[in-house]
Amino acid sequence: MYSASDLRKNLKIQIDGEPYVIVDFEFSKPGKGQSLYRCKLKNMITGNQFDRTFRSVDTFEPASLEEKKMQYLYREENKYCFMDNETYEQVFLAEDQLEDARNFLIENLDVEILFFGDKALGITLPNFIDVTVTKADPWAKGDSVTGKTKPVEVETGYTVQVPPFVEEGEKIRIDTRTGEYITRVKD
Amino acid sequence: MIQAIRRFFIDRDYLDIETPLRVPTLAPEANIDAVPSDGWFLQTSPELCMKRLLAAGYSKIFQISKCFRGAERGRLHVPEFTMIEWYRSGADYRNLMDECEDLVLFVAEQLDRDGTVTFRGRSIELEKPWERISVRDAFLRYTPVTMEEALADDSFDEVMVTDIEPRLGRGTPTFLYDYPASRAALARKKKDDQTVAERFEIYMGGLELANAFSELTDPDEQRRRFDEEQEYRRQAGRTVYPPAEKFLQALANMPAAAGIALGIDRLAMIFTDSASIDDVVAFAPEEL
Repeated sequence: MYSASDLRKNLKIQIDGEPYVIVDFEFSKPGKGQSLYRCKLKNMITGNQFDRTFRSVDTFEPASLEEKKMQYLYREENKYCFMDNETYEQVFLAEDQLEDARNFLIENLDVEILFFGDKALGITLPNFIDVTVTKADPWAKGDSVTGKTKPVEVETGYTVQVPPFVEEGEKIRIDTRTGEYITRVKD
Repeated sequence: MIQAIRRFFIDRDYLDIETPLRVPTLAPEANIDAVPSDGWFLQTSPELCMKRLLAAGYSKIFQISKCFRGAERGRLHVPEFTMIEWYRSGADYRNLMDECEDLVLFVAEQLDRDGTVTFRGRSIELEKPWERISVRDAFLRYTPVTMEEALADDSFDEVMVTDIEPRLGRGTPTFLYDYPASRAALARKKKDDQTVAERFEIYMGGLELANAFSELTDPDEQRRRFDEEQEYRRQAGRTVYPPAEKFLQALANMPAAAGIALGIDRLAMIFTDSASIDDVVAFAPEEL
């Protein structure tokens, strides 16, 4: 059980059987008054937000969330399919549940899917992925202007800024946390 | 800023005193937890020692010291913070209001400010007189409930934080005065209205800066009010502190006086327009 002093942004708690994440948090204490823990809570399933103020005596159940290792299989319109390699169980996540992660989903990518019971809520990607550049303007070797970058498209349809020497067909490593180019990768 | 503050009080013949940080007893308060220190406690405020000095005959005293409070951490709170407390025999809380206006203006002038300070996107005029409003009137003006209703259904603190505090100290600093007697265990009750006590707080830009009282000097009443605070703590399952016997005995000799505690870190936040107390302390606890 969490106590009020554990409350902080990003903590996940369960209220009335539903999982919530604290998206905003403020500790307040008017002079000589009680400590007030003011939270903005977001329902992890419905996305609904509401505000609630807790007191020092309040306690909270941690949200019973589970992460499962799964693999990305394919996309069907705006639903993305993931499979558990051991049980062959499949789940779908919608585009808005994936947010930016959908830019980094390559076939068979190993990810972790966050579950609340049997509801898939979200995804944790590996920190880095290696993707192929599918569209890039060619590099004229004489063009050695320092600090310039160019946009290229990679196999997931995502566009990223890279140094001018990166060519179509090459593989590059991207940091999924920032969406930025890290380095070229040799096969 | 601190130099300016010391200068202000020394010029007015206050004695700059130091009292022990580690003490065996505290003034029990419903909502303030002390940090234990090897059987004793780190002070939550120097109040008890300062009042014993008043009782011993020192009539104008001030102290800038660290205070320690458990489980208080947020954008405006660090568990170890700096406070100035000053006390004046023969004065009441109204005299202190005048002194606060003078203090802040003096400090602003020493810091080369032109009588205004910008904080949280607003310009606050420091010229006298500052706004003065009673707690009861603040409830009537800013909230849909009365002070008495909020006390009765235990929503007083929440209403203060949500509806009242953000509206205080906007164009000019605000003195919020005459708190309910139950919220001022160490303050003298008002003669013609015993439901409130002679306590005020200062707000600037919605930020609570200081807390002041006309001090309670009746040892019997003080003992009773301490017992009430301890009882509240006991029922809430919080530590009950050893009784402050020496203080209660000294209280019988204490002259009528007024005292105030002002948050130095908070004042620094105002003069630097900082969003968080972390911006004005050398190290936040997490950085150690």
